[in-house]
Amino acid sequence: MEITEYFNLLFTDYTLQTITLGTAVLGALCGMLGSFAVLRKQSLLGDAISHAALPGIALAFLITGSKDSNTLLIGALISGLIGTFWIRGIVKKTHLKSDTALGLILSLFFGFGMLLLTFIQKMPNANQAGLDKYLFGQAATLVSSDVWTMCIIAGLSLLILLVFWKEFKLLLFDADYTKSLGFNVKFLDVLITFFIVISIVVGLQTVGVVLMSAMLLAPAAAARQWTNSLSVMVLLAAIFGAFSGVLGTAISASSNNLSTGPVIVLIAAVFVLFSFIFSPKRGLLFREIRYQSNRKDLELHKTLAFMYHIVKTHDNINHPHAIKILNNFHGFTRKSLQKLESRELITVTKTMWSLTEKGFSTAANLYNQQEENE
Amino acid sequence: MSSAQIEIQLIACLVAIACAIPGTFLVLRKMAMISDAISHSILPGLVIGFFITEDLNSPWLILLAAVTGVITVIMVEFIQKTGLVKEDTAIGLVFPALFSIGVILIAKNANDVHLDVDAVLLGELAFAPFDRLSVNGVDLGAKSIWIIGTIVVITLTLLITFFKELKVSTFDKQLAATLGFSPLVIHYGLMSIASVTTVGAFDAVGAILVVALMIAPAAMAYLLTNDLKKMLIIAILAGIASALIGYWVAHYLDASIAGSMTTVLGFLFLLVYLFAPSKGLISVLYRQKRQQVEVYLLTFMLHLQNHSEESERHINHLGEHINWGKMQSKTVVDLALKNNMIVIDNNIISLTEKGQGFTQKAIDYITTNSTVAIEEMKDDFFLFRG
Repeated sequence: MEITEYFNLLFTDYTLQTITLGTAVLGALCGMLGSFAVLRKQSLLGDAISHAALPGIALAFLITGSKDSNTLLIGALISGLIGTFWIRGIVKKTHLKSDTALGLILSLFFGFGMLLLTFIQKMPNANQAGLDKYLFGQAATLVSSDVWTMCIIAGLSLLILLVFWKEFKLLLFDADYTKSLGFNVKFLDVLITFFIVISIVVGLQTVGVVLMSAMLLAPAAAARQWTNSLSVMVLLAAIFGAFSGVLGTAISASSNNLSTGPVIVLIAAVFVLFSFIFSPKRGLLFREIRYQSNRKDLELHKTLAFMYHIVKTHDNINHPHAIKILNNFHGFTRKSLQKLESRELITVTKTMWSLTEKGFSTAANLYNQQEENE
Repeated sequence: MSSAQIEIQLIACLVAIACAIPGTFLVLRKMAMISDAISHSILPGLVIGFFITEDLNSPWLILLAAVTGVITVIMVEFIQKTGLVKEDTAIGLVFPALFSIGVILIAKNANDVHLDVDAVLLGELAFAPFDRLSVNGVDLGAKSIWIIGTIVVITLTLLITFFKELKVSTFDKQLAATLGFSPLVIHYGLMSIASVTTVGAFDAVGAILVVALMIAPAAMAYLLTNDLKKMLIIAILAGIASALIGYWVAHYLDASIAGSMTTVLGFLFLLVYLFAPSKGLISVLYRQKRQQVEVYLLTFMLHLQNHSEESERHINHLGEHINWGKMQSKTVVDLALKNNMIVIDNNIISLTEKGQGFTQKAIDYITTNSTVAIEEMKDDFFLFRG
């Protein structure tokens, strides 16, 4: 199936519509909440939670015997939350650092989950097949009720974000100030963490335990590069997330043997890479260009300053001087003289140069940054 | 016990040792999550290595995959250096991307690669004894034993040779650099060892459980001791214990060995987390409670000293004035009485001489902030505790 064919089918095929809508909503949800995770320096929390959710899924299945995805998700949610609060407990009450706590919970919960899964697999009950889709995710198994769950959760988190926008923003950038203003910091903290955990848990079925953290991080990290405003960042992250979801589904549906999760993650990674390089303010490319031009300016300024020191000794600043006297100064070239002339800082006549009025005042204020900026 | 069972337990113990050593240093250097990143991102290295060598147990494959691990570290550090995102975000971005590439490579070449993503992530220790190493038809034991055994020997040799350098650079980077040990060499050496161990152990215990074996024993040991040598030994012992107990639990439950090893590690960690002397949760909570009472006591006595009028020192007034609950005031008053700091006469509380001396010391400490005073006070507080 070609990609174009996929987009044609998108308007007719119900299953494809469901899956595409599902991944799009998931991407947007993760992007939105992921922005908070990234800014709160909880990037790897997503990784830990998604792994910690596994035993919850297995236990929910063992207890209820049902494979209904909502039941399993509740199990995942509970064990994800236990994992999250245990991580906090370890970091707050012992001297173990957060990276150790994250790694511990991640691997220990996951190992316990694997124990339960292999235990379930060997049970005589034939109903157990399909639990391992939570490991790597299978977007193809999304049905409309799953998509409804996602939409409801996305709507709910959007509502909460809008209602508590000011508080979350404050908490994000100055927790102490928030506390001193009398907001219930603990409640806000738990609320936002709770929604981050929920968004991870609903994504497990689609992207899987292992790759879920990237869904949360990548759109937010890409969006961060384009803006310094929280609202724009959240919006952009949601758009990036939704696009990676849709494009990932399109690509994986249009070729054989490509599971959706990894493709979505790679698309999101491309967004990140693109943003890292090409974002106009923070991007590596423009940063390098700015760096180079600053260097060139510095060379020019050095030449100008040298000239200024010569000119300073004369009464008439426009008095022409021979280019030859610049020879024992190494920073100048024909080109740099031309450049200075094009900026109307000096005038050059064959073998002579002289500072203009503008050049003189620029040179005089060269080291007086403040004045220049004003 | 059959010979296969013994071999499995031997492999499990060797993996535990191989993981505990680099794990201890990763935990101490606050880089525990790097092991998670490495364990995921070796996947593309394994797949590409498999295309080239077509043998899952070839040493070249292990080296190639380990190089991918080191490349991951380099990429993470590069992203961190650009300052575009926070450091943990860099880890979280790199490894899922590499892992995805690995998964797609496997999926695209499913017919040529006898590699299963599940197997890489989860491993199956029970099958390890079936893959034999034989030279000239003589059976030398399971291949995994030789692979992991070699890794353990290399790790131990490096540990003993460079113990001093590792120790200094872990606890004081600047000092290490001044003394002329290149922190960079030690850093990448450690990363290489961690990568090689992860790759060597993946087909026995699976990539994610390698993370558990690296971090959990080290974290446990860190809660129990502050001595690097003791920490290494405790970590190794905890790893071995979990390997052996885990094997037998798995045997009785008929479930994944790696999974049950991790679960045992989890229980051991929970025990240590709760009950570790002086650093465990219970003793931390106890200590915090005690310090709280001590501060209350101090506040109480300062209040008494500030107020000579009897109405301010009436026992009922204190509850209202300092805004304490009944239980709390009772604890504090009892504690003060027991230490002869106060006397209660007709419901009026006054400081004894000892109490006054003590309060004076406290004021000295608060006003001059000199450490000499606090040292003496510590002894006084110690009296209450006894």
